[in-house]
Amino acid sequence: MLAIAFYIMAAVTVLSGALVITARNPVHSVLFLILAFFSAAGLFVLMGAEFLAMLLVVVYVGAVAVLFLFVVMMLDVDFVKLRQGFANYLPIGAVVGVLLLTELIMIAIAIADRGAAAGQSPQVYGPEMSNIEAIGRVLYTDYVYLFQASGLVLLVAMIGAIVLTLQHRVHVKRQDIHTQVTRRRKNAVEIVQVKTGEGIKE
Amino acid sequence: MTIGLAHYLVVSAILFTIGVFGIFVNRRNIIIILMSIELILLAVNINFVAFSTHLHNVQGQIMAMFVLTVAAAEAAVGLAILVTFFRNRGDIEVDDASMMKG
Repeated sequence: MLAIAFYIMAAVTVLSGALVITARNPVHSVLFLILAFFSAAGLFVLMGAEFLAMLLVVVYVGAVAVLFLFVVMMLDVDFVKLRQGFANYLPIGAVVGVLLLTELIMIAIAIADRGAAAGQSPQVYGPEMSNIEAIGRVLYTDYVYLFQASGLVLLVAMIGAIVLTLQHRVHVKRQDIHTQVTRRRKNAVEIVQVKTGEGIKE
Repeated sequence: MTIGLAHYLVVSAILFTIGVFGIFVNRRNIIIILMSIELILLAVNINFVAFSTHLHNVQGQIMAMFVLTVAAAEAAVGLAILVTFFRNRGDIEVDDASMMKG
């Protein structure tokens, strides 16, 4: 049962990953990216890392992928033109890809065979200590400074994104609280003595 | 047949290679390049979690969390740069993105 679930999720992850980079429409790419994240979250659950699986769904699917979707739909780009170099780089990409994959798989098999984790089964969390509790106990003690620093990273990224995309338009009328509050009677109202039958000239 | 560490590492290796390959073949489309980087980071996360859970040590999952943080920040800043670039040029071709050469 576990094996079937693993093979299904692994196949979906890899296939949707491949479709991300080959889909003609970038919107489809983003949707396949979401599918890849979901099935990777399933793999995390199989490994017993429930908290990270949920985090993956919330952060990646809920924030990053939706951000991608916004940008892809917002930009009016001719995506057919952008695909023209696809075949040019295919041979060298294939060579590098095959070499990289062979090396990585050889390393993976060697590590799984003779590494420190050889022959170990995935950790199972019982009722006495859940996965999230185990993470929290380490994260808020040993890694508390790193945790704060990662918050700082997010803050800087937020400020950076705002600074990069904020633009001041000159022709837009905005509310200026200071001028509203400091407005006095003498510069708003003028009393003019009007003679009868003559009216006012500018 | 039991699913061991090697299976997860192979999935992660394939995903990593797909990401690198995507950067190679989609040289002009910077949106797909950013998505490929996300795929690579996902592969790294799978590796971290696989080792963490097979070594019965939770620190790998914490590292995966930090990778997640950096990935989110990187996507936000990258897309902001992309939007600014599109505003200035009306296109997102990266082949001649050398306006700031000076």
